[in-house]
Amino acid sequence: MITDSLTVDRATFEQRTGWTLKPEGACKGDHCIPLNPAPEGDRLDVGVLAEQMGLPVVHDADHRVWAIGPESIGARSLASAEAPNLTLPDLDGKMFELHSLRGRKVLIVAWSPY
Amino acid sequence: MWQAFRNQVRDQGIEVVTVGMDTAGAEACRPFIEAALPEHPSLIDEHHQLAQLFGVINIPNSIWIDEQGMIVRPAEAAPAPPSVTVEQRASNLGDMGDIPQRMLEIFGEASKIEVNAPAYEAALRDWLANGADSQFALSADQVIDRSGPRSADAAIGHAHFEMATYLEKAGAHDAAIGHFRQAHELVPENFAYRRQAWSLESAVDGPLARFWQGPAEGSEGEWPYAGDWLSDVREMGAENYYPSFTP
Repeated sequence: MITDSLTVDRATFEQRTGWTLKPEGACKGDHCIPLNPAPEGDRLDVGVLAEQMGLPVVHDADHRVWAIGPESIGARSLASAEAPNLTLPDLDGKMFELHSLRGRKVLIVAWSPY
Repeated sequence: MWQAFRNQVRDQGIEVVTVGMDTAGAEACRPFIEAALPEHPSLIDEHHQLAQLFGVINIPNSIWIDEQGMIVRPAEAAPAPPSVTVEQRASNLGDMGDIPQRMLEIFGEASKIEVNAPAYEAALRDWLANGADSQFALSADQVIDRSGPRSADAAIGHAHFEMATYLEKAGAHDAAIGHFRQAHELVPENFAYRRQAWSLESAVDGPLARFWQGPAEGSEGEWPYAGDWLSDVREMGAENYYPSFTP
């Protein structure tokens, strides 16, 4: 995820990283990373959280932004087979959440116009 | 392309979600989406969230998800059912008069790319019919194992890619290039990361600009990237562009 502040709100962090913050830690499916101390409130120090979770942080000082990269657990792309709640806009900017399709099979197809 | 398939199978409890991965955003995707007239969700992914969240490293790629929200097949090459030929792709580019030599060579290499569309579609239909009992629906452990490698360095590379797409959208194209280069070096298996960066260079003008994906003739010294589409595909071998379908 990209942020112009190291303080980010919980919902944005969860949506963009796919990790859910629970009492037992940061979780993807049944895979949890214990967090000590546990983050509190809706505003998170993403620098501390990234270090606790082993997420890489790339900083561009000129543009004052940080990019928080994904996990690399077990050296595989997926830490869990549970699908994260992919949230993206359609052509008109209307946001769509993958979890709205629960109860149906879903075929995601990635394409590009170039 | 997927709309026709969706119409055929929509009574089998599945929804198709297409995701256009392009930093250039909705306007770059719009002509293709409006031509396809999708009735299913058709989304725009400017920062390639599918790479970080699902391990998508090339396009077209698919992910299969069951009714409980579990991935049963991780990202893999997904040939569209009614396959689009190289000739159709060329004609989609419009009337360009003489096609430049580089594009002819790109079409030539593209025609050697191997996809097993019938095997893929048969597997997809088997899953629709048989669900969890389908041999093509993988266990959670298999899904994780097959989701592709991600080293600690690659994770850093993904962060660089997102930084690059952010800077590109903020109008800082030159600053974006440095981060794209880092992403290419740290996540070499992600061909979409390369194509995305190449497609944002304007080596030529007109309808071919985003497909050129390399330096203009005689301006090789100005090309900011280590590779380009034609050189990289020739080096890897077009037949290796997609891993073959593994049941």
